[in-house]
Amino acid sequence: MANKHESMHMDAYERTWMIVSILMLVVFFGAVTVAGLSFGVRVPDPVSRVNPNDLAASVTFAEPGLKEVAPKRYEAYIVAQTWSFNPREITVPVGSVIKFYVTSKDVQHGFKLQNTNVNMQIVPGQVSSLAVKFDKPGEYNFICTEYCGIGHAAMYGKVIVVP
Amino acid sequence: MTANTYQLTAKEKRFIGLHFIFAIAAISIGGLFGPFQAMEHAGWDFYTKFLNPIFHSYYEGLTLHGVLNALIWTTFFITGFMTFLVIYGLKRPLRYFWLNQIGWWTMVVGLVTAAIPILLNEASVLYTFYPPMKAHWAFYVGVTLVVVGSWIEGWGFYLTYMKWRKENPKTRTPLIAFMALITMVMWQIATLGAAAELLVDLIPWSLGLRAGLDPQLDRTYFWWTGHPLVYFWLLPAYISWYAFLPRQAGGKLFSDSLARFSFWLFLLLSVPVGFHHQYVDPGVPSGWKMVHSLLTYSVFFPSMITAFTVVASLENAGRANGGKGLLGWIAKLPWNDPSVLAQLLAGILYFFGGIGGLINASYNVNLVVHNTAWVPGHFHLTVSTAVTLTFMGILYWMVPYLTGKKLWCKKCAVIQVWLWFIGMTIFSNAMHVVGLLGAPRRTPLGQAPYIPEEWAGHLFRVGLGGVILLFSLYLFVAVMVGSVLTKKQVEKEVEPPVADSLLDPQTTPRWLDHWAPWLIGAAILLIIAYGPQLIYQISTAQFTSPGFRVW
Repeated sequence: MANKHESMHMDAYERTWMIVSILMLVVFFGAVTVAGLSFGVRVPDPVSRVNPNDLAASVTFAEPGLKEVAPKRYEAYIVAQTWSFNPREITVPVGSVIKFYVTSKDVQHGFKLQNTNVNMQIVPGQVSSLAVKFDKPGEYNFICTEYCGIGHAAMYGKVIVVP
Repeated sequence: MTANTYQLTAKEKRFIGLHFIFAIAAISIGGLFGPFQAMEHAGWDFYTKFLNPIFHSYYEGLTLHGVLNALIWTTFFITGFMTFLVIYGLKRPLRYFWLNQIGWWTMVVGLVTAAIPILLNEASVLYTFYPPMKAHWAFYVGVTLVVVGSWIEGWGFYLTYMKWRKENPKTRTPLIAFMALITMVMWQIATLGAAAELLVDLIPWSLGLRAGLDPQLDRTYFWWTGHPLVYFWLLPAYISWYAFLPRQAGGKLFSDSLARFSFWLFLLLSVPVGFHHQYVDPGVPSGWKMVHSLLTYSVFFPSMITAFTVVASLENAGRANGGKGLLGWIAKLPWNDPSVLAQLLAGILYFFGGIGGLINASYNVNLVVHNTAWVPGHFHLTVSTAVTLTFMGILYWMVPYLTGKKLWCKKCAVIQVWLWFIGMTIFSNAMHVVGLLGAPRRTPLGQAPYIPEEWAGHLFRVGLGGVILLFSLYLFVAVMVGSVLTKKQVEKEVEPPVADSLLDPQTTPRWLDHWAPWLIGAAILLIIAYGPQLIYQISTAQFTSPGFRVW
C-alpha cells in the first residue's frame, strides 16, 4: 500500500487537449486586448461622481441635453429616471461623434444604444460614459436594459442622425 | 476498496428526501412563471388577463421564477445531494446530525420569510435585488437565512470530515465526499460578498437604520457572490458527471487525479472573477475589469478538463458495452435510461452554454450582449439545463434509492428529458438571436414600444419553447409524485452508482488531498483581484441612495 507509485497519470490525448485549451484562451484574450487597445472598443471607466438626490446642483446634469464642443463633436448629458430618459431625443448630423454622459436620479437603469457598441449600466451616484461615431444616417434607439420598475419596458429614447 | 460499507439509515434518507421535496416544490412553482414570461414575449400575455390580482405583475412572476429556481431549487437540492455524498462517500454517519438539522430548519424558515413578501408583491426586485430598489426587509432576512442555513449544513460536513480524517489518516478522501466538500468551501467563500451586502447594507437600510446606500459598492459585493454562485450550481452536476455517470453508462472514471485537480482549480478561480459581470459598470476601472477577464478565462480551463474526462469516461463505457470504431461507442450508451439520458443531453447543451459563457466573459465583446436577452438565453443552457436537467437525472435514480419504490413511468421520464432538451433548444436559440438584435433582458417585450415587427418570428419561438418546457416540467413533477405514491417496490435495493476509477485513487498524488495550500492560494488570489478595488470603493463610498419602491 505504501509503495504504490503516485503520479498524475496524464493521458497523451489529455495533455494535448489541455495545451490546446490554454492556447485557445491565450488567442482569445489577445484578440479582445487588441480590440480594446488598438481598435478602441472600450468599456466604461469611472469619470465622476454626482449626488443623485441633487442633480440640479450638478454643473453638467442641471440642464441635460446635447452640447456641441467642436464641429461634429458633441457631449450628450442624459438623466435616466423612472421611466424615461431626459432628453428623449437627440439630433446630430451624420459623421458626428457623441460622447455620452448618463446618470440616474433614482434606481439603476441601463443604456444600450442599438446597433452600436455603447452599452452601459447606469448607477445612481455614478456617471457612465462612452463615445461613438455615427457614420450612417438613421434612427438609433437607446433603450433601458435594466429592470427599473413597472414602467421599464416603455423606457427608451432615440438619436436621430440626419444626412 | 474499503471493507467498511456503511449504508444510509432510514432517518438519513428521510432527511435528504426532505431537501428534495422542497427543491421540487420550489421548481414546480418557480418553473411555472418561466413559460408565462416566454409566452408574454410571443404576445400571449397571461399576466394582465388571468394572473392578476393573485400575481400582480410580470416582475412579481419574474422574481418568483428567479428566486425559487435559481436560489431555492438549487440550494435545497444541492445541500440534500451533498449530505448523501458526504455520508455515502465517507462511509460514516454525520458527526452531529442535529447540527445539519438546525441548518435545514434555518433554510426552511428563510424560505418562508422571503416567500411571504414576494407573494404579497412587496419584494418584486428580482433575484439580484439591486439597490436602491428596496424590498420589504423580510425578503432580505429570508434570503440571508437560506444562505446561513446552507453554511450550517456545511459546518456539519466539515466536522464529519475532520472526524473521518482522524479515523483514516492514510486514505485518500473518497472522491464524491472530496468534491462535495470543496464545493461547499467554495460556496462559503463566495457568499461572503452577499453576506456583506445583506448584513451591512440591505437589512439595516430596509429596516430604516441606515438612510442611504452606495449602489455601486453593493453591485461589487453582489457579484463577488453572483458568479461563483453559478459554480455552486454547476459543481454538483460535475460531481454526477465525473463520479456517477460513467458507472451508470457502464464504464469507469477516466482520471481520478484530474477530477480532483479540476476541483481545486474551481476552488481557486471561481470567486475572483465577479467584475466580468460589471464590465459596463461606471464605477470600476477598466484595468480591473481586464484582470477579472483573464481570471474568468482561467476558470474556463478546469471545465475543459471536465469535458475531456467526462467524454473519455463515456467512451470507456460505450466500448465496454461493445461499441466499435471512432464513434460507434456513442450508440452503445444507455440512451433509454432517463437518468443517463438527462445527463447526456444536459452535457450537449452545456457545450453551447460554455461557448456563450466564454463570449460573455470576453471583456469588450460583452458590450454587445450585456443585459440583452442573450444572457438569459445563455444561462438557460447552463443553470437551467446543464444543472437542472442533471439534477432531474440524479433524482431519477435517487428517488427510488431513497424510497425503495420503483420510478413511476420510466417512459414518461424519457419523454420529459427529450421535451426539456427540445424546448430549451428552441427557447434558448431564439433568446440568443433577439439578444444579438438588441432586445433587453428582464423586460416584457410584448409591451415594449421599440420592438420591431421583424422580431415576431423569433419571439414566437421563445413562447413555443416555453410551452414545451411547461409540459416537460410538469411531466417531471408527475414522475416524482408518482414515484413517491406508487405501491410498486424496487425488486432489489438500488445501489448508488458510484463509478470506480480506472486507476486506484490511492495512487493519486498526496498533494491533491491537502487543503492548506489551496485555501491559502484562494485567499491570495482574492486579495489581489478584489483587495485594491474594495478598499477604494469602500473608502470613497457615497451613501446617498434612499430606497425606491418602483413596482
